[in-house]
Amino acid sequence: MKDYHLTVLSNRQVSDRYWHMIVDSSVVEERIEPGQFFNIKPTNHETYYPLLRRPFSIYLINEDTLEFLYKVDGPGTRQLARYKPGEKINLLGPAGVPFTMSKDCNKVLLLARGVGIATLAALAQKAARMNIEIYAILSARKQDDLLATKTMEKYCTNVYCVTEEDGTSDVEHVREMIRDLMETYPIHAAYTCGSRRLSMLLQKMSKGNGITGQVALEEYMACGMGVCYSCVCDVKRHGVTQTVKSCEDGPVFPLEEVVFE
Amino acid sequence: MKKGLKMAVDIGGMTIANPVMPASGAFGEGMDKLIDFNLLGALVPKSITKYPQRGNRNPRACETQGGMINSIGIQSKGIDHYLQETIPYYEQYCAPLISSISAESIDEFVEMSNIIASVPSVVALELNISCPNLKNNGQAFGMSDAITYQLVDRVRETTDKPILVKLTPNVTDIQSIALAAERAGADSLVVANTPLAMAIDIHSRRPKIGNVMGGLSGPAIKPIIVRQIYQVHEVSRLPIIGCGGVMTANDAIEMMLAGASAVQVGTANFVSPTAMIDIIQGIQTYMEEHQLYHIDKLIGGVMVRNQWEKDYI
Ligand SMILES: Cc1cc2nc3c(=O)[nH]c(=O)nc-3n(C[C@H](O)[C@H](O)[C@H](O)COP(=O)(O)OP(=O)(O)OC[C@H]3O[C@@H](n4cnc5c(N)ncnc54)[C@H](O)[C@@H]3O)c2cc1C
Ligand SMILES: Cc1cc2nc3c(=O)[nH]c(=O)nc-3n(C[C@H](O)[C@H](O)[C@H](O)COP(=O)(O)O)c2cc1C
Ligand code: FES
Repeated sequence: MKDYHLTVLSNRQVSDRYWHMIVDSSVVEERIEPGQFFNIKPTNHETYYPLLRRPFSIYLINEDTLEFLYKVDGPGTRQLARYKPGEKINLLGPAGVPFTMSKDCNKVLLLARGVGIATLAALAQKAARMNIEIYAILSARKQDDLLATKTMEKYCTNVYCVTEEDGTSDVEHVREMIRDLMETYPIHAAYTCGSRRLSMLLQKMSKGNGITGQVALEEYMACGMGVCYSCVCDVKRHGVTQTVKSCEDGPVFPLEEVVFE
Repeated sequence: MKKGLKMAVDIGGMTIANPVMPASGAFGEGMDKLIDFNLLGALVPKSITKYPQRGNRNPRACETQGGMINSIGIQSKGIDHYLQETIPYYEQYCAPLISSISAESIDEFVEMSNIIASVPSVVALELNISCPNLKNNGQAFGMSDAITYQLVDRVRETTDKPILVKLTPNVTDIQSIALAAERAGADSLVVANTPLAMAIDIHSRRPKIGNVMGGLSGPAIKPIIVRQIYQVHEVSRLPIIGCGGVMTANDAIEMMLAGASAVQVGTANFVSPTAMIDIIQGIQTYMEEHQLYHIDKLIGGVMVRNQWEKDYI
């Protein structure tokens, strides 16, 4: 992990609420893996508003560039949207434990909700390079929020979209879709991000089907470097519940370990 | 450092190379990749408790205007882990190790101080009598001068090492608490911990912190802390370590002018992991510019009206 000042190459609005930023990462020597994140300082200015950095997972990892996909919501992301090409942006990272994907598995399931799509896109990109077949279920409130569908379609064998707008995103319906996929294809591993309810669903279903799974959590992070204990979550390991830091011990955890209360 | 500039300060019998150190709980091993710990005045890891404890429920932190509220609740692996893992880790650095202790009772403070002070590499103890997250709606030991006196007096019997007492700002009269700690034999006062605060999400109508209330830190609290340093410096002879809202060298200098001999830096580390190093360098530049050869010249150097009139009339 290092404190980088990278040049913004492009930063544009891609839908009603989402923005896409590309930065020049040619100076970053560390290896960056899907599931990891950068802790971005939203402002360049000497003001203390907003004060803290904001964590963003890496949307796509390219040879000399990194891409982020973010939802403009509060003061931090509003500031992020103000960056212009050519400006420098301060990022701390890469941080956190990445996803792992075994070479032996050749069919995987991705289940993403909302901004979680941004996190799983990098994994889809990597899996496609490994010639792994990917089945992705993308869930969002509205069609307009299913922003990365094109990217996902590029990497995935099949992409299924569900929304509240269409009345297709309820847990029961998603459960049926997952069951169909698991019955039709021998899915070897499952990955999820973006929704507690969907993560709990996938946890039960992958356990029932003997599939390994991983989840990327999005806990509130004040420091992002393992010192403040604001980002904790509970995991059960060898029968013992432990409170661990999601910035350092995660954000990616084995799905069966996470305790979603 | 420029030759001849004296940045070292004395904190109750302990000389530190420069007046900048981390604030307990806002610093840790994860930062060793980002800064050289040897450059800091001292090292202060997170408060340690006797037994392992899991801390408070989520969410444990939220951002406010110019600050943040936290109610971590001292997540800790207990004193055995501290002795076996934490202390040996910090022993690799030349900056002195100050152990921050948090306990549930006076007896527990005494017991833990006894154990930790007997470790040779621990140079001083910091008693966290101010954590607002423990029990009783944010009540802390340090809210009563009688309890502060008893607690410090009992710990004093266990060790000759410097005892730093971290006061709470959540009191009506910080001077009386400071004097109680001084009379009981404290060597230095950390002014202060976090003011108790609350924030509400107006859409969900829920408190933004799982524990409802928490401690406010960051630039928003600096004026309160500067005032309290000034007040404590007026009545106490003990060296003061200012803590609360130091983001830049100017903030540190302001606290020193109010009466602090050193400062602790917390939230600024989250914003910029090199903050403490930048502050040390900034103080040095200020000393050069103002031709101050000894940093002691800054301590308590604020000119309040009487002095100011003498100078200028
Ligand atoms: C490891 C990690 C990876 C992330 N990756 C992305 C990403 O790729 N794209 C993206 O758009 N967002 C991502 N997030 C969420 C992002 O960090 C928050 O949306 C951002 O901090 C909000 O900042 P703000 O100042 O705009 O809003 P704030 O005013 O701070 O918050 C606005 C709203 O967002 C919610 N929020 C704040 N922090 C988080 C959080 N950590 N997780 C979920 N909701 C939050 C708040 O509760 C509030 O409702 C990620 C979070 C984590 C922890
Ligand atoms: C996340 C967090 C955890 C903290 N934990 C402790 C602690 O364990 N012990 C303690 O004495 N103070 C603790 N504090 C208080 C800090 O040491 C410091 O007093 C406070 O943050 C004010 O300084 P700042 O404005 O520079 O952050 C904590 C503060 C934060 C933000
Ligand atoms: S965000 Fe501070 S420990 Fe994880």
